[in-house]
Amino acid sequence: MTTDTPAPAELTAAASAPRRTADAAGTAHVRWGTTAERLALPVGLLLLVAVFSILRPQSFATTDNAAAILGSQAVLVVLSLALIIPLRCGDFDLSVGGTLTLSTMLVAVLNGMHGWPLWAAIAAALLAGALVGAINGFFVIVFGINSFIVTLGLGTFLLGVVSWLSDNRIVAGIDPKLLDLVVLTRPLGVPIEFYYALGLCLFLWFVFERTLLGRRWLYVGAQREVARLSGIRVSATRWGALVWSGTIAAAAGVLYAGTTGSADPRGGVAFLLPAFAAAFLGGTCVQPGQFNPLGTVIAAYFLIVGITGLQMMGADPFVQDLFYGGALVIAVSLSQLLRGRRPQELG
Amino acid sequence: MAAEVAVAVAGLTKRFGTTQALSDVGLTLRAGEVHGLLGHNGSGKSTLIKVLAGYERPDAGTVRVRGEEVPTPVPASVLRDQAIRFVHQTLGLVERLSVAENLWLDDVARGSRRNVSFGAQCRDARATLADFGLSVDVRLPVAGLSAVEKANLAIVRAVCRRPDDDHEVPTLLVLDEPTAFLPEEDKRALYGLVEKVAARGSAVLFVSHFLEEVLTLCDRVTVLRDGQVTVAEQPTEGMTHEVLVEAIVGTAPGGAPPRPDACAAEVAADVEGLSTDVLDDVSLSIRAGEIVGVTGLIGSGCDDVLGALFGVAPATGLVRVGGVPVDLRRHAPLRAMRAGIALVPADRNRHGVFRALSITDNLAVTTLRRHRGPAGLSRRGLRGAADTAVRRYAVRPAEPGRPVQQLSGGNAQKVLMAKWLGVAPRLLLLEEPTQGVDVGARRQIEDLVRAAARDGAAVLLSSGDPDQLAALCHRVLVFSGGRVTRSLDDAEVTKKNITRACLLATSTGSDEKEAS
Repeated sequence: MTTDTPAPAELTAAASAPRRTADAAGTAHVRWGTTAERLALPVGLLLLVAVFSILRPQSFATTDNAAAILGSQAVLVVLSLALIIPLRCGDFDLSVGGTLTLSTMLVAVLNGMHGWPLWAAIAAALLAGALVGAINGFFVIVFGINSFIVTLGLGTFLLGVVSWLSDNRIVAGIDPKLLDLVVLTRPLGVPIEFYYALGLCLFLWFVFERTLLGRRWLYVGAQREVARLSGIRVSATRWGALVWSGTIAAAAGVLYAGTTGSADPRGGVAFLLPAFAAAFLGGTCVQPGQFNPLGTVIAAYFLIVGITGLQMMGADPFVQDLFYGGALVIAVSLSQLLRGRRPQELG
Repeated sequence: MAAEVAVAVAGLTKRFGTTQALSDVGLTLRAGEVHGLLGHNGSGKSTLIKVLAGYERPDAGTVRVRGEEVPTPVPASVLRDQAIRFVHQTLGLVERLSVAENLWLDDVARGSRRNVSFGAQCRDARATLADFGLSVDVRLPVAGLSAVEKANLAIVRAVCRRPDDDHEVPTLLVLDEPTAFLPEEDKRALYGLVEKVAARGSAVLFVSHFLEEVLTLCDRVTVLRDGQVTVAEQPTEGMTHEVLVEAIVGTAPGGAPPRPDACAAEVAADVEGLSTDVLDDVSLSIRAGEIVGVTGLIGSGCDDVLGALFGVAPATGLVRVGGVPVDLRRHAPLRAMRAGIALVPADRNRHGVFRALSITDNLAVTTLRRHRGPAGLSRRGLRGAADTAVRRYAVRPAEPGRPVQQLSGGNAQKVLMAKWLGVAPRLLLLEEPTQGVDVGARRQIEDLVRAAARDGAAVLLSSGDPDQLAALCHRVLVFSGGRVTRSLDDAEVTKKNITRACLLATSTGSDEKEAS
């Protein structure tokens, strides 16, 4: 993604944006546009919540429902966060759905069937995720194949591996301790997995903005050749980003195992498209035009609130597909529009 | 030579802003002749060709084709009906398509060729190429051809008869520096084809920088300088290099502009036997504080030296920076950077700056490590460094948060310079540092180069602009055929000497001596 935005270093939080607008009086109209863009999605989220609360005060505007919305989709949020790392670097990772499923299945098979201790099963699942990322990177970097193709292929390959591991059946018997660690503990009434996702978001925000590694991702994604000629090891950086996304996708898989207590060989696939929708929609806010963790989390909840609200209004289940699919296309169109509208050259 | 006049222009005048690109230029091209057109960069050559091609409308003057005046800008219908054809330096071939498909590309696109079956295309292509005495496998992709085969294919494509052509042969074929990228030994094959085209009755306008080939290949020659004709349609027989050089360069003595004082510091960088696919055993050494120019004609290798030193393309040889050897076999930009080398690349937008990122981010890429703190990278530090740099290098607008693509070319170039000057390199490599930059910014950038040298950097500057080289350099190395063929020192570094040396670099040794 090459996009034109103000410096990410200066836009670390949406909240600080209005104050800065006031500072730069000379170019107020320029800043206004970007401020409005930055805040459009968060404001949209609030509006959505308000509308559904008014329309369905009995069911939507309840603490139970809020807890359910926040907690139930932590897996999706973590998976979306996994995606934005290679996306920031300019690469796709379509294998995250497969990696998530593999990780869930490994926890179930190793812990539930073979009786490994829980920590060992989780560690094995995370390692497997890192390995998937390394394999993706190997083909993308060493053979120079488009990441879209490599990860699409490997993702499908992984689903085959999962079917073989599980004999294509749902595997149960995961240590109930994992349920405690993921959903049953509820600080402030919200399942703890929500806090894991939030913690990961803040951690990634720190990595993106405050570390050399995160800045290299930005540079490589902005213009690969310029990055190379600026002394950045582009290949290693891209390879590393795919290992990160594999590992985090595996972590999402562990959470998924803890949410359901079992592993469905086809369970993770449905997450792929919503995760992409959240990542791209997230790229239109907070730092418009750049994939960013905070925007991604806001976008994920925007999608979830929309779907939950519509279902409570009596919409059919297929509204979910309409919403996710539509959001992805609209998000990509929006970011394209934002880009095209800005002046290309002043001088 | 009483042959029919194919194309004639008279009184052509064209002004761009304050630049008089053409003033009262006349040129008559006869059927069956190869006519050479010479002139240095900015002489008006390109403008003349653009007028012929209908890209530019002259302010005054007439264009006649086969005796009939045509409107200006020359309409596409005239170019098509009268078969006036152009082959540009870049050839315009589609590398992945086969020879046959390239040959009939325009016809298929226009719909004037009905039979688009691959077999039929190949059959026709073989016949056409054979007609011009060429034999290549027409099914092969163009990417697999040698440089001269590609050039010949482009020429045949331009001149071969089309189904909707009124004339047997094209009225005029314009070849714009077709040999610039060809190895010396391959050029003959192209000359043969050009002579064949002329012998069939077309006029050929042969644009070139190489005096030798113009003298041997062309029947007559015209030279432009500063938009004026200095040699008008003279027969090449009996003409010497010296006459042409005088006509191209002019005799006006150029007063030496202010240059940095010569320095006697220690050697900062040493290059021995640098070779790439273009360069052939290049050796040079630069002292700290010295500005050394690198120049030559297109294809001479002068554009490849700097990239090779920065590890952009594979190279062999021995390079020492500050006495420390740099391993070229495992060379890469990161290693070059660590050795104290910096490269400001010629293609600013594709290789130099992150267009979508802010000035702050662009400046930070080379200096991130300095801003590491206990809580990660310091935003304040990055912002402060950018503020300082923006002020110091006079970037306008002075807003570090602006994306670089919103800056003018000159200001973007200042950001690019600042990005590398920030690391205080021992060896600063500059490729065409004022390309696409306005006059004011050009001054400022030249001052930055002088300041960098004063601060102790060894500067290697590649430029095709003799004025700039004369204004900045202590020493100028002239390249030809991948080697340094001439070195101009101190007082010898003048615009005229540089231009002469470039033009004469490909000629014989005696000419080179004369030039000094």
